[in-house]
Amino acid sequence: MKIKVEEILQQYPQAGRDSLIPILQSVQDSIGYLSEESVVQVSRYLKMPASKIFGVATFYNQFRFTQPGKYHVMVCRGTACHVLGSATVLEEVEKCLKVKPGQTTKDRLFSLEVVACIGACGLAPVISINGEFHAKVTTESIHSIFETYRQKEV
Amino acid sequence: MDLNIEVNNNVLSARPGDTILDALNRIGMKVPTLCHLKGLLPTGSCRMCVVEVEGRKNLVTACSEPVTNGMKIKTHSARVIESRKTIVELLLSNHPDDCLYCERNGSCELQKLAEDLHVRERRISGNKNNYRLDVSSASLVRDPAKCILCGRCVRVCEEIEGVSAIEFVGRGSKTFIGTSFNHGLNLSTCVNCGQCIMVCPTGALKEKPHIDEIRTKLADPAKTVVIHYAPSITISLAEEFGFKPGQNIGGIINAALRRIGFNYVFDTSFSADLTIMEEASELVHRITTGGTLPMITSCCPGWVKYAEEFQHEILPNLSSCKSPQQMMGAVIKSYFAEVEGINPADIYSVSVMPCTAKKFEQQREEMTQNGISDVDAVLTTRELARLIRLFGIDMDNIDPELADSPLGTRSSAGKIFGVSGGVMEAAIRSAHYFITGKELLKFQVNAVRGLAGRKEAKIVIDGLEIGVAVVSGLKNAEILMEEVKNGRNDIHFIEVMACPGGCINGGGQPIGTNEESLRARMKSLYEIDEHDAIKVSHKNPYIIELYDKFLGKPLGHKSHHLLHTKYQVRDVN
Repeated sequence: MKIKVEEILQQYPQAGRDSLIPILQSVQDSIGYLSEESVVQVSRYLKMPASKIFGVATFYNQFRFTQPGKYHVMVCRGTACHVLGSATVLEEVEKCLKVKPGQTTKDRLFSLEVVACIGACGLAPVISINGEFHAKVTTESIHSIFETYRQKEV
Repeated sequence: MDLNIEVNNNVLSARPGDTILDALNRIGMKVPTLCHLKGLLPTGSCRMCVVEVEGRKNLVTACSEPVTNGMKIKTHSARVIESRKTIVELLLSNHPDDCLYCERNGSCELQKLAEDLHVRERRISGNKNNYRLDVSSASLVRDPAKCILCGRCVRVCEEIEGVSAIEFVGRGSKTFIGTSFNHGLNLSTCVNCGQCIMVCPTGALKEKPHIDEIRTKLADPAKTVVIHYAPSITISLAEEFGFKPGQNIGGIINAALRRIGFNYVFDTSFSADLTIMEEASELVHRITTGGTLPMITSCCPGWVKYAEEFQHEILPNLSSCKSPQQMMGAVIKSYFAEVEGINPADIYSVSVMPCTAKKFEQQREEMTQNGISDVDAVLTTRELARLIRLFGIDMDNIDPELADSPLGTRSSAGKIFGVSGGVMEAAIRSAHYFITGKELLKFQVNAVRGLAGRKEAKIVIDGLEIGVAVVSGLKNAEILMEEVKNGRNDIHFIEVMACPGGCINGGGQPIGTNEESLRARMKSLYEIDEHDAIKVSHKNPYIIELYDKFLGKPLGHKSHHLLHTKYQVRDVN
C-alpha cells in the first residue's frame, strides 16, 4: 500500500498544495480509501500538516477513511428516492448490515455509503451494490438482496 | 494623508489602508468581534462586526473592509444590532448552556456578547452539541460541545505556532474542530503551549486541572508539600485580583501560599539562576571546545516538544539543561530533602507556571530520579488564582512575607526569565563573567529586549564576537531554524520561547491578556531588575552555597545527573 502511494506521488513532481485533491483522488482510486498511513505520506510529500489534509478530505463526501468492504453499498438519498421512502431504506440497510454510513462490516464484506443521487430516479428508491442497481427496494427485499450476496461467499 | 469618514453622522478621520474596524477602534468606537485576531489577516467569517455602509446593499464586515474617503458608516443601526443579535442567538441555539458549571463563567466572550446585545430569551432552539471531551493531553482539555467554530485556535496554532495540531473537520452544521483522524490531542503534533486557550472565546479549551490532587496532598499529614512559582507569576497574578497590571505581588503570594497550607514556599527564579549557571557554562564550553553551535535554549517545554517533532536535525543544538521548573524539582528532592532530612518520596512538589506545556514536561519520563518525579503537579496562573479564592485568602489584606530558604532567594537575572530575551540577557551576563572573570559594566542588553517576535544582536566579550538571536512564537523559530540549517553560521546562541513575548504571555496566564497587560508585565520585570542589588545569577549567595555544599561545579558529575536531560525524536502527525 505504501509503495502504491509512493508511485502516485511520483506522478506529481514538485507538487504544491493545489495538487492535494487530485492526489487524494488518485490514492483513493488506487487503495480504495484514504488510510491514515497514506495521508501521512501525502502530508510529508506536500509539506502540509496531516490535520489540514484530514480537514480538507472530510469536507468532501467523496473521500472515505475506512477500507471499503468487498461489496460497496450506495444508498441513494436524492429527491425522488426520498419521496419514495429512502430514509426508511437507509434505516433498514443500517439495521441489516449493522453499520453506519462510512463504515464497513466486521467481516469486511459490506461497506455503506450515502449518496445524493445516482441518476436512476425512475427506479426509486434505489440502492447500488458494486455498481449493480437494485430498483424499487422495500424493507423486505433489502434483506433478501443482502442474503443473496452473503450466500455467494459461503 | 488622512481620509474623512462619516460614522453615525460624525465626520472623523481615518488612515489609508485601515480597515473599518481599525479606524473605529482608533477613534474609540467599539464593534463586537469574534473571529478577529489582532495581527493576523481577517477572515470575516463570524459576521459579528458587520456595519452598514451607505450605498452597499448588504451589511459589511468591519474587520475586512478597507475604509475609503467619504465612506458613510452606521455602526449601531437597528438593522446592524438585529443582525448581530441573531448571530449570537444562533450560536447559543446549540450551545450546552451550562454556564454555571463552566470554567469560563464570567470570562466568556459569548456570554458577554449575549449580555451586551440583550439576548434575554430563547428565540431559536436547536439540537444541543454533543461531542466527547478530549482529556487525552497531559496539558489541555478540549470540549468541542462548547466550541462556536470561530477558528481562532486553529489560526493561532498554524500561523503563530506553526504546529497545526487542530483543524476544521467535516462540513456545514456537522463541522467541528478536531485533530488528524480524530485522535486525541496527545497523539497529535500539539506542543501544549496553550495559546489556543488564550484566544478561545468560550470554555471549549482549558488546562488540565491539578487543583484537586494538590488539595488531597495538602490534607495528607505524611506529605511535605512544597510549592514554587515561576518568575512571571508574581507580576501576572495581580490582574486576577484587581491589582493594576504588572504589579509585583510576590510577598503577598508567599503569605497566601502558606495560609493555604503549603509547608515550604520557594521561588523558581532561584532555579532560573541555577539554569543560567549550567547553561552559560555549557555555552562557554561549546564555544571554547568546538561543540555544536548555535546552542539553543531548552527551558521552554513547548519549544522542546516542537523541536522533537519538527526539527530533528537541531536536537544536538539544544542545551542539555533541564528547565528551571525541573531543576527546582530535582534540587528539592535531593539537596533540600537532604538538608531537611525528609525522604524524597514523602515530598509532594508543586510548581506554579504561566504555562500549560509545563504540565506535559512534568510527566516526561526523563524528569525522574529513581522512579520519583522531580515535580508532582503544576498549577497555571489561573489555577493558582482559583486555589487562592477557594481557600478564602483576602489578597488585599494580607501582609507580604519572604519565601523560604535556601531555595527562595534569587538574582534579578533569574527574574527576567519571564520575558522573551530574558534568558539570553541573564546568560550573557554570566557568560561574560565566566569568560573574562569580570562583570559587565552595563548589565542591560537592550538589543534583546522588547516584544518583537525576533531580535538579533552581536555581543563582544573579550574580543570574542558572539552572535545571539531571540525568537518567540514557534513560527518565528521555524524560520530561524531553516536559516541555520541552510548554513547561517554567525549565530552562536539562540533563545526560543513558544509563546509570543515569552512566559508573560504564556498559555497559563489570566484570560484577557492583551498587549497592554503584556507591556505592563514586561516593564515590571525590567523594573525589578533595575532596582535589585544582585543582577547576576553567579552572585546569588544561595546558588554559590548550593554548588559549595552539594553540586560541586557547573557541568560537574552531580549537575549532569540531576540538572541535565536528553531529548527524543517524536514521530507524530
